Amino acid sequence: MDRRKLEEGFFKVLMIAATLVVVGSLLALFLVVLLKGAPALSLSMITQTPQGGYYLGKGGGILNAILGSLCLAAGATILALLLALPVALFLQKEYIGRSRFATVTRLSLDVLWGVPSIVYGVFGFIIMVYLGIRASLLGGIIVLTLLELPIMVRAIDEVLRRVPQELKDESYAIGATRLETTTRVVLRQILPGAVTAILLAFGRGIGDAASILFTTGYTDRLPHSLLDPVASLPLAVFFQIGTPFPEVQQRAYASAVILLVIVLLLSIISRLLVRKFTKYVIR
Amino acid sequence: MRFRKLKDIVASRLMLSATVFSALLVVFIAVGLFLKSRPIFAIQSLNKLLFSSSWHPLNGEFGLYPFLMGTLWVTVVAMVIAIPLCLLTSIYLAEYAPRKVRGVVKPMIDLLAGIPSVVYGLFGILLIVPLTKSIAPVFGYTTNGYNVLSGGIVLAIMVFPVIISISSEVIETVPYSMREASLALGATKWQATKLVVMRSALPGLIAAIILGFARAFGETMAVLMVVGNVAQVPSSVFDPAYPLPALIANNYGEMMSIPQYDSALLFAALVLLVVVFLFSVGARIILARVERRYQVG
Amino acid sequence: MTLFKPYISVKGLNVYYGNCQALENITVDIPEKQITVIIGPSGCGKTTLLKCLNRMIDLTEGVKLSGQVWVDGVDIYNNKAVDATQIRRKMGLLSQRPFPLPMSIYENVAYGLKLNGLKDKKKVDLVVKHYLNLVGLWEEVKHRLKAPASTLSAGQQQRLCLARGLAVEPEAILGDEPTSALDPMSAQNIEKTFLELKKTYTIVVVTHILRQARRLADYVVFLYLGRIVEHGPAASIFENPKQPETQAYIRGEIS
Repeated sequence: MDRRKLEEGFFKVLMIAATLVVVGSLLALFLVVLLKGAPALSLSMITQTPQGGYYLGKGGGILNAILGSLCLAAGATILALLLALPVALFLQKEYIGRSRFATVTRLSLDVLWGVPSIVYGVFGFIIMVYLGIRASLLGGIIVLTLLELPIMVRAIDEVLRRVPQELKDESYAIGATRLETTTRVVLRQILPGAVTAILLAFGRGIGDAASILFTTGYTDRLPHSLLDPVASLPLAVFFQIGTPFPEVQQRAYASAVILLVIVLLLSIISRLLVRKFTKYVIR
Repeated sequence: MRFRKLKDIVASRLMLSATVFSALLVVFIAVGLFLKSRPIFAIQSLNKLLFSSSWHPLNGEFGLYPFLMGTLWVTVVAMVIAIPLCLLTSIYLAEYAPRKVRGVVKPMIDLLAGIPSVVYGLFGILLIVPLTKSIAPVFGYTTNGYNVLSGGIVLAIMVFPVIISISSEVIETVPYSMREASLALGATKWQATKLVVMRSALPGLIAAIILGFARAFGETMAVLMVVGNVAQVPSSVFDPAYPLPALIANNYGEMMSIPQYDSALLFAALVLLVVVFLFSVGARIILARVERRYQVG
Repeated sequence: MTLFKPYISVKGLNVYYGNCQALENITVDIPEKQITVIIGPSGCGKTTLLKCLNRMIDLTEGVKLSGQVWVDGVDIYNNKAVDATQIRRKMGLLSQRPFPLPMSIYENVAYGLKLNGLKDKKKVDLVVKHYLNLVGLWEEVKHRLKAPASTLSAGQQQRLCLARGLAVEPEAILGDEPTSALDPMSAQNIEKTFLELKKTYTIVVVTHILRQARRLADYVVFLYLGRIVEHGPAASIFENPKQPETQAYIRGEIS
């Protein structure tokens, strides 16, 4: 009898320890990056562009990377939403049914979800070479759209699955078509979840480096055209962390901090918006 | 009324096209990579590509073996660290944690999932690399900190959210009646968990681990920044390694200047795609079987 | 021999869920502008039969159906020209659990109207007020029409769903155990409303509460194990059931 209690106690301690390690690693990450990066943050850091070269240069800030990342992520998220929403809605039973096609589609979306971002980058690169586009804002947006697509589809699909069939049946019983039920009832019901999905994909788009490595280039300048290279926060960290110049390294740390802040903000905004949009949702 | 019907049909056709396009995307990617990597087979057989250790692009030798092994080493180390930690955490969150704790910890784990890989890499450089550098002598090794272990630790942390979120969900979906039956017979909570719940959740847990493995396999930036990038098969965790994704990321610049280099790298990308494909399909099959079991029962 | 004008005529209806037969050779006429109650033990196909009347059965997977259902002179299953959405507009459905749509109270009632193209806001306001009045909700909600429908109690929600269904001016109302999820007061309310509505609408109600059936029914259909055992005017079924199963059910021996 005692042995069982002992075993339980032992594993309980182990479990709590494990959870502490997991939580602790998150806290350690935030602590380390913020400690190193906070001193690097100043008004000039976020409002200026790098002076004299992003790798070898001195001084200046990371405005180019901040604006570049925002353009990339915003463009990609909008395009991804235009494609992901119809796809996720089509995965509902009343459209796609239970056919072979449904299974194959879901499977291929699962695979897309798991494809490493570097593979998206490489594929994007092939497409760009084929189309004659060089490393640019446009190239980055295209690749990030492909990257965000399966993430958004899966996230929206998960929310759609939780919509009770009876709710949709109520709409059909009045004589609504599938389109009307989807746009007037289902979309309203999933609004908070959809917002979370969009912000989730946006967060992925703004933070990913491997996919934009070949396809977006890098520059000191602010984004000014779709066909020119553009700076980005993740690459700002990656390219500038190994530099011999401390001022340039500072920019890398600052970029990392900004990225963390953005991720935190997205999480908070997501929760706030969900609360705001849940007014009409049927439980 | 007919107009409403027409709108419905047009809309559903558009949605179908979008879906077909998305479904075919994997095929496009696979075909694109395959076509572009074909030239490499002209100068090197598949066997040599995968199993030769000599990587000398200038001489036309493209043995990917060290990179495959590097990826494997780092991924395995990451999984060895992650699996026990994640399973224990998932069980705790699903079965034992008070609601308040769950409410705080779950969002934190979600937060982990959203952190960009370069930030993980930076964290690795700042904390993990010095860490492994200092503990290596305890085991009788010396290292500058950029090694498999550093890569494995960073990768493990990145993989936590994937495994934990799927695992806790799987454990939570085990019907309460199973636990009830066991507890009613006089088992302690831990016994009920260990003997009944875990057995029932096992397939789902395996799927979670497979997906975690797939995610770790393809992760690029964070690992690249801490793993040393030396093209040798590692012989201990304190040796540096050069995983496949890092190879691709580091060398895209030289790709165009050396003949066949781009094919080789694109073939490496194809290998990544195939591995991830196999693992994703495997996990999906297992998860589908789990779902079916609960629908019938 | 029927002494009434049937609004719905079911002829030889067979329904299969996969290999399992849910309804066997159902033939019955539903009288116009009366309350027909379908009674029988649970799981015997009552809801399935109801769903066949307005083609909601189409939305269930794996269903095979043969036979005819004539609604107001039109065979709704075998006639290619028939559009399911139009049939559903003709029949309002009240489900067991009230499911308001994720919108405000006003928008719930106006939903069907907007679908059918009614744009004039003043007209919509009038219709909404009329039907909320009809179900006895107007006084309770008139000052918070924009509030989410989910803030109403279950009884109020069910009345709202009824108003919503009536607003598209159907010819019939179908009720699937419409009061079983409600408290006694709200249940009474709904029953009272049905008794009023039968002057204008054909009403078909499925229930497993015998006493409710006695209170409401003009015509009774007794369904047992997927077959119609007996049907007829309420008085004769309740006082003088002819079949042994019916007798057993009325006496409360099977439920």
